[in-house]
Amino acid sequence: MQWQGSRLRNTGGSKMEVILQNLTKKFPSRDKKNRDDVIAVNNFSFEIPDGKLIGLLGPSGCGKSTMLNLISGLLKPTEGRIFFGQDDVTELPPENRGIGLVFQNYALYPHLTVKQNILFPLQNLKGKDKLSKEEMLAKAYEAAKLVQIEELMDRKPRELSGGQQQRVAIARALVKMPKVLLLDEPLSNLDARLRIQTREEIRRIQRETKVTTIFVTHDQEEAMSISDLIVVMKDGVVQQIGRPQDVYDSPDNLFVAKFLGTPPINVFEGEIQDNMLYIGADKVLETVGVPDGKVFVGIRPEGFIMDEAGTLGCTLSGVEVMGRDISVVSTNEASVNSTVRSIISTENQLSMRADQLPEKSTVRFNLIPSKVFLFDCRTEERIHFEK
Amino acid sequence: MKKLLSGSLKGWLYLLPAILFLGIFMVYPLVDVFVYSFEEGYNSASQTYMGTGGFNYSYVLHDPYFLQAVKNTFLLVIITVPLSTGIALLISVGLHSIKPLREFLQTVYFLPYVTNTLAVGMVFMILFKKTAYSDGLINLMITWFGGESVDFIDGPYPAKMFVLCFYTIWVVMPFKILILTSALASVNPEYYRAAQVDGTSKFRTFMRITLPMISPMIFYLVITGFIGAFKAYSDVVALFGTNLNATGMNTIVGYVYDMLYGDSGGYPSFASAAAIILFAIVLTITCINLLISKKNVQY
Repeated sequence: MQWQGSRLRNTGGSKMEVILQNLTKKFPSRDKKNRDDVIAVNNFSFEIPDGKLIGLLGPSGCGKSTMLNLISGLLKPTEGRIFFGQDDVTELPPENRGIGLVFQNYALYPHLTVKQNILFPLQNLKGKDKLSKEEMLAKAYEAAKLVQIEELMDRKPRELSGGQQQRVAIARALVKMPKVLLLDEPLSNLDARLRIQTREEIRRIQRETKVTTIFVTHDQEEAMSISDLIVVMKDGVVQQIGRPQDVYDSPDNLFVAKFLGTPPINVFEGEIQDNMLYIGADKVLETVGVPDGKVFVGIRPEGFIMDEAGTLGCTLSGVEVMGRDISVVSTNEASVNSTVRSIISTENQLSMRADQLPEKSTVRFNLIPSKVFLFDCRTEERIHFEK
Repeated sequence: MKKLLSGSLKGWLYLLPAILFLGIFMVYPLVDVFVYSFEEGYNSASQTYMGTGGFNYSYVLHDPYFLQAVKNTFLLVIITVPLSTGIALLISVGLHSIKPLREFLQTVYFLPYVTNTLAVGMVFMILFKKTAYSDGLINLMITWFGGESVDFIDGPYPAKMFVLCFYTIWVVMPFKILILTSALASVNPEYYRAAQVDGTSKFRTFMRITLPMISPMIFYLVITGFIGAFKAYSDVVALFGTNLNATGMNTIVGYVYDMLYGDSGGYPSFASAAAIILFAIVLTITCINLLISKKNVQY
């Protein structure tokens, strides 16, 4: 990659994994009645491999932005340590960490042109890092080329669209060759179409620069689609870390199962009796090795097969035809969600034509065991069974 | 025309109160003053005048008192506007960067704004005036440090000018500090965080980010500062009394007032001419200011 090779000193060939050890961040409580500290990040340990794109995923208020600020150095952790490669950076201020940060609303300086914005970090360099005017310009244009905004260099930020501003912000973060690139909700200010385009763009830029990149999002689809690894967080605690497909296919607990996937997973209250899973009165699946008792059953929408002799019966409330596949919406008394949504591929409809069924009739499904997850009804932790 | 009037009758009706007020209290007096300024020897009691022409202007422009007033006013403007804006900026940045006591100090700095001009004038008299019994506080301090006492109120011109400028800066400061602290507070902190991540020094952050961000407010203060200083009058009265021509400390507004009501009063024509000259000066300066600010306040 020319980007890594040419004028770029800081990255060199060294590995730049980010290691977080028992990170905890507490904020003093502002609530007069409850003096306990607010724990935004709780005992977070994780090693982010070099050159990967990591998605920090969780609902709002789960501590993911705090996490990002801890890595950037804008916040100091209450406990724990942060390493960039071999270096302990816990006590280093942000400017000495070699990070690039893209803010949620981009924080482009409104009175400076795109070129001046991108040059800004370079003009801060002092001493032996100081660059000549030509070097700075060359670097700025290199960064602009990478994010494809060369023709916008003389515009002011307010004359750019949201997507273009985003690119400028990324160029500004990349121009000083950071060891780690951090993106805070990079797509949240863009409209739906631009979002898909931009996330692919972020993927491409990350691949080209090979900079270890961490981005924060609350949108699971966004995180799943471009990340090498996703980290699912809830209430400051890591729920699961893994490749997006692995996490989707094998969630560790009910929260992760519910958080990932569109349409969301269907959750039922079920019961195990003699190695058999019951949903309501229906005996739906053989579950070897699971003790008797009540459980939560999560079934992915694609885990249903329509079958007249199927084991699970539901009351049909509607069918949405989407061409490639159809979405069957039904109800079941044991369902935790108000409706059960199943996605049936049009080739797999077998003998039944769901869209020709009358409303309120009973539809029957067989379940695909690998799409069915059992969770303890108290801890909500995953219970594995033999498939 | 008829269509325009009837079609937007409702609109004109809405505008009527504002038009009436502005017309009666702003436009009519301005036109009136303009007319007076060309009527020679106008007598407001008998409503008569001797003739029309530019004599009033020529008289005023050759009146040494007026020229002195113009000189005083320009000195006051040139010294106090940049100084007060600069000092207010320093104090605001200071206030903005400290946390403890910030609100208390903001109140302290705002106090002069709610204090009566004449009361402030009295305090300055105590500080600066030389009487038979005391030299005043400032002179006391000057003599402590081995200097020679100066009469700031009735003494040499530079001393009087110094007191006037000092006083003016002190009086206009609170408003400027108020505006600038709120301008500083309204800068999105995200810009500072972005600058911090990029390792920008404090000074560069101020010069390249803070200053441009608050520049519209600074220019607002400069423009209103110019206008305010050109219209200075009560400050001079508070310090030097009403016989301003005698002390050589008159301002243009003071000259207009004296021509109308002062010891030499009863010359509305001259007063009008002087007022129109002031109007022309302020208008010119403000236009220049706006032109400059359009070039430099780019966002």
